[in-house]
Amino acid sequence: MEIALTLLVGCFFTVSIYLLLSKYIIRVLLGVGILGNAVNLLIFTAGRLEREVPPIIPDGNMVPETVTANPLPQALILTAIVISFSFFAFLLVLAFRSYQDLKTDDTENMRFAEPADEPHPPLGY
Amino acid sequence: MAGAAGQEVDLTGVMVSANLTVSDYFIVAPVVIPILFGAILMMLRSKRNWQAPIAIAGFAIALFAEFGLLQQVIAEGPRTMTMGRWLPPFGISFTVDLTGALFAFTGGVVALAGAIYSWRDVTPTGRRYGFYPFFMLMMAGVSGAFLTGDIFNLYVWFEVLLISSFGLIVLGSEKPQLDGTMKYAFLNLVATTMFLVATGYLYGITGTLNMADIRDKVGQLDQAAPLMTIAILYLLAFSMKAAAFPLNFWLPASYHTPKIVVSAIFAGLLTKVGVYALLRVMLMLFAVPRDLLAEPIAWLAALTMLAGAFGALAQNDIRRVLGYVVITGIGTMLAGLSLATQTGVTGTIVYAIHSMLVMTALYMAAGVMSRLNGSFDMRQLGGLYAASPMLAAGFLVLAISVSGLPPTSGFWGKFILVKASLEMGAWWLAAAILIAGFLTTLAVFRIWIFAFWRGGPEGTRDGAEAWSIGEAEPDYVLHSSLAIGFFVAASLFIGFAPELLISTAGEAAHGLLHSQDYVNSVFGGR
Repeated sequence: MEIALTLLVGCFFTVSIYLLLSKYIIRVLLGVGILGNAVNLLIFTAGRLEREVPPIIPDGNMVPETVTANPLPQALILTAIVISFSFFAFLLVLAFRSYQDLKTDDTENMRFAEPADEPHPPLGY
Repeated sequence: MAGAAGQEVDLTGVMVSANLTVSDYFIVAPVVIPILFGAILMMLRSKRNWQAPIAIAGFAIALFAEFGLLQQVIAEGPRTMTMGRWLPPFGISFTVDLTGALFAFTGGVVALAGAIYSWRDVTPTGRRYGFYPFFMLMMAGVSGAFLTGDIFNLYVWFEVLLISSFGLIVLGSEKPQLDGTMKYAFLNLVATTMFLVATGYLYGITGTLNMADIRDKVGQLDQAAPLMTIAILYLLAFSMKAAAFPLNFWLPASYHTPKIVVSAIFAGLLTKVGVYALLRVMLMLFAVPRDLLAEPIAWLAALTMLAGAFGALAQNDIRRVLGYVVITGIGTMLAGLSLATQTGVTGTIVYAIHSMLVMTALYMAAGVMSRLNGSFDMRQLGGLYAASPMLAAGFLVLAISVSGLPPTSGFWGKFILVKASLEMGAWWLAAAILIAGFLTTLAVFRIWIFAFWRGGPEGTRDGAEAWSIGEAEPDYVLHSSLAIGFFVAASLFIGFAPELLISTAGEAAHGLLHSQDYVNSVFGGR
């Protein structure tokens, strides 16, 4: 199970990095979305997988009797999902607004902050 | 957690049993106060005239808490507070050592000065759209990052400060701002995700997230553990946040686009959070792989310094010159990290404190210059000495300071770093610091010569033609003079009386390199 998930995580990272290297913002956005999911699965797998044994200590015991599922990675992923979702939402709005105002989603044409034809700084004193 | 049968359970093994005192709350106060004030300011969003005074009061209270915390840490060593009373490593700990307290205190000073400067500088629209709530929440994130003792919690604070900084940088929605925000947002998000990837792997091999616990567990691992990979991932993530070469391109693409006060607080706070995280993770958690990485980090430092200095010389917009000067400063701090000696890390901390104060002030001064002259373009500036001799003097001190010349704060940080490099035999690193310092001197004094020294902008005959200078409103002049004047005075004070800062930074560096006190504070000496 771990091996299958590891391969899946690798697959996700490959796809997301390929998309992040694109010059079109919409693809980069998709890349960011997949990157978030890749990381979540990575943490999930790194916490070791154990199926169908809830981490509940039976009455009268001080420690669990068998190996149980690890709840911590799920708590971490929950945090990370919320965060990456909110960031994705912000970036989506930002990208749309930029597309409306800058009239492009091609990063090569986004030269408003750093104009391509900027004059030289003063060369003498 | 007594069972259903009602048996008594001994909780001393899992819960913190000591009662909390008032002084314990100082550990979380620098985070709680800004969040509280952020919420209040959010509710008072329509009361535009109340926003700035309430924010200034909030930052003043937070600064008081940070000062109290710094005093406590100096007196008693590292302090810990654990959430929910679960014993560490199960509860999330806030652990403050001297490094964290020093950075948090300096951050508080920068934030308070930024709020004072912004009083008249931020337009009513900016206030309406939440400049102050964003600023407050960003400060909560920055303080949280400096104070937390849990690596996943550090990630959460990074995200808090990042999302608030997005709100600040895009405020106004001009075309260059949207463009700059795009690059800032995407690249910083990727960097933070890399941080999360590294944390996932680290959890996979150590099974813990508490930094003190990780430090102990990492020491016990066998050499085959993939520690090097994790250390490099952290280095990548935090270098990107700190804008180290070759991951620095987002900074000069975005820092000149927002309102000048936003640029000022970003330059003072955000990249330094990256430097702080590098110090914490590389020095305290990964002592072994860090020794192997020392040489690559030294090259990184030298290249960052030079890339920043050459970049600064090639710019026309003074805000972009300053953006590159920020990068040079980051390189200088990385030099001490690569040496990882007592002297080297002391130099890094001294230089980081200096850089937080001086870079903020330089951006603020640039804001005043553009108010008076109507432009940030070096060719359009001129005749400012006549307009404001005080500003000319203040900028001169700041320029001397950022170049690393005596008698200012910048000199001591660079002096200690050069000394540390020579002690370790890294003469080329010392040379890089000095060359970058020389080039920075050229870059910032060009601004001074063009903006203050000559009679008018390019095209006018020097001194022969009258050049009209704009008038700034009296309130704005008062607030900006207060903020910039404070930083100038602080830089000169540190320059003339550096003993206190250097000895405190030395203790902080000792605490990072020999972190037993930190661990004892978390686990109560067990």
